Amino acid sequence: MTEFELPVLSVSNFNKQFGKGCPSCKDSNEDSLKKNYCPVCGTVYACQDITFEVYAGEILGVVGESGSGKSTLMQCLYFDQEVSSGEAYISSYKDGKRDVFAESSQQKRYIRNHMMGKVYQNPLWGLRINFTSIGNIAEKLIAAGNRHVGKMEARGKELLEHVNIPIYRMKEAPKNFSGGMQQRVQIAKALSNNPPLLLLDEVTTGLDLSVQASVLDLIKTIQRELQITVIIVSHDLGVIRMLADRTMVMLDGRIIEQGLTDQILEDPQHDYTQHLVQSLL
Amino acid sequence: MRIEYNFAFFDEGSKREIRRATLKAVAIPGYQVPFASREMPIARGWGTGGLQLTLSLVGKEDILKVIDQGSDESVNAVNIKKLIIKTTGIKVTDETSEATIIQSRHRIPEIPLQAGQILVLQVPLPEPLRYYEPSELETKKLHAEQEYSGAWLMLFEQIMNYGTMSTGADHPAMVHDRYVMAPSPIPRFDNPKLNHSQALILLGAGREKKVYAVPPYTRVESLAFEDFSFEVESFQDKCCGLCGAKGVFLDEILDDLTGETFHQCNDTSYCLQRLNQKSAG
Ligand SMILES: [Zn+2]
Repeated sequence: MTEFELPVLSVSNFNKQFGKGCPSCKDSNEDSLKKNYCPVCGTVYACQDITFEVYAGEILGVVGESGSGKSTLMQCLYFDQEVSSGEAYISSYKDGKRDVFAESSQQKRYIRNHMMGKVYQNPLWGLRINFTSIGNIAEKLIAAGNRHVGKMEARGKELLEHVNIPIYRMKEAPKNFSGGMQQRVQIAKALSNNPPLLLLDEVTTGLDLSVQASVLDLIKTIQRELQITVIIVSHDLGVIRMLADRTMVMLDGRIIEQGLTDQILEDPQHDYTQHLVQSLL
Repeated sequence: MRIEYNFAFFDEGSKREIRRATLKAVAIPGYQVPFASREMPIARGWGTGGLQLTLSLVGKEDILKVIDQGSDESVNAVNIKKLIIKTTGIKVTDETSEATIIQSRHRIPEIPLQAGQILVLQVPLPEPLRYYEPSELETKKLHAEQEYSGAWLMLFEQIMNYGTMSTGADHPAMVHDRYVMAPSPIPRFDNPKLNHSQALILLGAGREKKVYAVPPYTRVESLAFEDFSFEVESFQDKCCGLCGAKGVFLDEILDDLTGETFHQCNDTSYCLQRLNQKSAG
């Protein structure tokens, strides 16, 4: 292994703002903003100058409160939203040489269908709640160009089994399932194309504590088995502690601290991180 | 009281506008072109889309045939014919080969269409992705990006639920390797007639204000999976109880007196023509 390892994903100087900005906030210097917005023109600077890398097989945690920009970051990574500026490179896409943010919407769709999976906080955003569970998984396979029903059905069954949903329920619609089961279907769908990168956005928020634990266990097991690269976003440092190798702490649209999860937990630098860690104890 | 109408009911400006939309539809096979659907003396949902196309196209020399589910004599077909005769004075016919314009609901005639003829199909729901994606803005994007996973997913769901692509009518088709269209609720039996049709085929949706087209000699391919091929309705060795025709679209009819079922051509003018030929010969 002498080969130089490219990060699976590398993001540099990424910004996302809602609003046009004004002379007061144009340079988005921190002093002119109140939290993450400009009190003069109301422009929200949801993500500011975000730079990070994720390497193969690692789990990167992103922790922050609502309004910290972590979900906007996830939406932009999955192309659910346009970025305002910045670049991102994916090692498996054109040898990591093309800024994926600058690609056409058709290409972005291709990247999303072939190289990414995403699990949303709300199953309604990630699933077609009235379609069969196996159909939900097949949707991602179809989008990636699969046209063989038998193969898709076999893959769907395999994945449902993997996330502990009994095969005999595969033709049921997720709307009949509990919240925990719906998240399992989402996970199965996200994994269907063996994506190099899996995005998990507050996947356990809204679930009962016992269900949370079992979904987190599942994610851990799957990640270990498949050696998949994961970015997981949560407001709950407990979730991050359980899963993430490395952690980024976000506040008001900025990364205020990043490093090995253990390190951050033991020796938090920023006031806000210290506060987070304390409340965990 | 007598109201004087312009030839073909509409004023010339309105006809020109519909024809412009039609020309665009012909230029981009399978693409749904919006047009300003007009108020008609029949209710929307009763073929106003097709009727507007016919009225915009019809000239004094044209010979018109109107059918509804294979029948020239149904109330709906007769009403449309009456309106066109009253406002144009043109000749009408039941014979497919004699007509220059054929307006139809739910069928393509059994007698192969010829070069120079125009088939106008009435369309209730022009958007093949509508059930999958309720938003018009989103389906427009999907068409623009040639992203038809939704159409395939609908077929996958049918196979999961019923074991076959038992769409019945309106089986989606890829036009000219670019746009997927809803061929209107014609039986699958009629889908192959769309492919390389010698006649121009126009599809009009009044309520949804859309017109789209299959120009002559255009490739139209019904969607199918690698392991689930597209199949038309099969009538096995059944033949028409009246004229003896085989290999045509048959209706199953219950004889109230005997309680027995028998089959009969759905295309009534085709059947009648065969009967007339028999008695003549
Ligand atoms: Zn017959």
